[in-house]
Amino acid sequence: MITFESVTKRYADGTVAADDVSFEVPEGELVVLVGPSGCGKTTTLRMVNRMIEPTDGRITVNGEDAASVPAPRLRRDIGYVIQQVGLFPHLTIADNVATVPSLIGWDKERIGERVEELINTVGLSQEVASRYPRQLSGGQQQRVGVARALAADPPIMLMDEPFGAVDPIVRESLQDEFLRLQRELKKTILFVTHDIDEAMKMGDRIAIFNVGGILEQYATPTDLLATPANDFVVDFLGAERNLKRLALIPVSAVEHEIGPLVSEDDSSSRAQEVARESGTDWVLVTDTEKQVKGWVSINDLDGQGTVGEAEIQPFDTFVTQDESLRAALDGMVESPLNVAVRVDGDGRYEGVVTHNTLTGELK
Amino acid sequence: MAQSLFDWSWVLDNLGEIWAQLAEHIVLTVVPVGLGFLMAFPMALASIRWPRLYSPLLGVAGILFSIPTLALFVVMIPFTGLSKATAIIPLTLYTLLILLRNTVEGLKGVPSHVREAAEAMGYTRTRQLFRIELPLAVPVIIAGLRIATVNTIAYVAITALIGQGGLGNLFMDGFLRQYPTPLIVGLVLSVLLAVAADLGLLGVQHVLTPWQRDPG
Repeated sequence: MITFESVTKRYADGTVAADDVSFEVPEGELVVLVGPSGCGKTTTLRMVNRMIEPTDGRITVNGEDAASVPAPRLRRDIGYVIQQVGLFPHLTIADNVATVPSLIGWDKERIGERVEELINTVGLSQEVASRYPRQLSGGQQQRVGVARALAADPPIMLMDEPFGAVDPIVRESLQDEFLRLQRELKKTILFVTHDIDEAMKMGDRIAIFNVGGILEQYATPTDLLATPANDFVVDFLGAERNLKRLALIPVSAVEHEIGPLVSEDDSSSRAQEVARESGTDWVLVTDTEKQVKGWVSINDLDGQGTVGEAEIQPFDTFVTQDESLRAALDGMVESPLNVAVRVDGDGRYEGVVTHNTLTGELK
Repeated sequence: MAQSLFDWSWVLDNLGEIWAQLAEHIVLTVVPVGLGFLMAFPMALASIRWPRLYSPLLGVAGILFSIPTLALFVVMIPFTGLSKATAIIPLTLYTLLILLRNTVEGLKGVPSHVREAAEAMGYTRTRQLFRIELPLAVPVIIAGLRIATVNTIAYVAITALIGQGGLGNLFMDGFLRQYPTPLIVGLVLSVLLAVAADLGLLGVQHVLTPWQRDPG
């Protein structure tokens, strides 16, 4: 856990990089500091490992006042990843990763095992171990940077735009992999970015900073989007705030309606009755195993014995419980029925997500 | 009989003398460059630690470097006579400017993100200097040593005028006797010595910087 208690950083020239900032990074959570340039987010990050000393206030790291611990010792318990990576060009990848374990005096064998393990963890092949940093691509170097930060298994990590220097495709995959890793490792992480979309994706909580080191709002992404504290936050969150909110809510979080559902063995008259009851002019059709077959317009049921004899229109898209409501909205827009069909992992029908469900959720 | 430009028999007759002067030349090069580096190195570290020192130190080294060589040798004579020290002290002082400047610039040239990462990993200041910054400064420091060495090899010849001189004595001999053979031998050997020293230092750099070699 990291706590900021009324922390202020004022430079000699009068610039304020942190203005009475107080917040707490809970154990095992990833907190993103985001804001325009000049908002002091990097300064705030660097005060945690005392690369910069605060002018006023107190920062505690796992309950201990950071100012009371000698800086080099404090830093060995805090992983650090920066945009330019900062690998040591004259050391092999293995030696780079081994930096902190060597500093704290692990024996050779233990370091060797750890390095091997970490190279796997960050998705690199063991061949890179004996190479030098400049022989690796930008994305590979960034992975080594993460491995080096994780080497001595520090409880806390500081990450300053760690994926900022790689192209968008690599960035996306590094983000996804890092989130997967974080679900296992549960580090307490402070993460700086200027990109609000990255903040939304990565953060359990987000601290939005304004120029002059002012903490405007500290909240979970969903709370931030639902109840932005002021105009600055609204502006910073950008356009399509509701779409961003939907992107953060999983389909499993909302009630699904059962919808006008019939089996392909049901009679046409039964199907027409179901449609009438639910006020639609179509019914959803499954087979006896609950596998979705598609939908039928009630007009097409005229003169047919069972539903299965009518012309069944297939669905192009489905959503599952792990997808977001934004994906559900996408499915809705694509379907002539204006609903998204929710299925389980095996393609069995679970229900429909309707426009009303979404607007209800956004209220 | 017309005197030929180059007389091999002189070379064969004087092999011992030629070797002795070459050895002398090497000593008069290695000792000043070595001493110069031993002086410049702590000066460079101090300049990094206290940046305000750098300008005045560089200024003094620059003034020393600008004194004409012969003048400085002559100035030394009242103090050290015609001993080796009379040659070595000025030669040492001449290396300071280049060695100080290259060592400082080499250390300053370490990318700031590398330095930042080292600091954030928990390196202490001294350890960071010796494990991270100095190894990365090696190419620039060695570039300085190469220039200083080649310069010194040239200056050593001048010390023949104050009774030292290594291969410079062969120049003097040839010049005074209007006999070109020793002059040519001295010239060729000092050029070869400079080339060999330069390649040798490049070799040292190659060994010390495996990380700069191209991927095999």
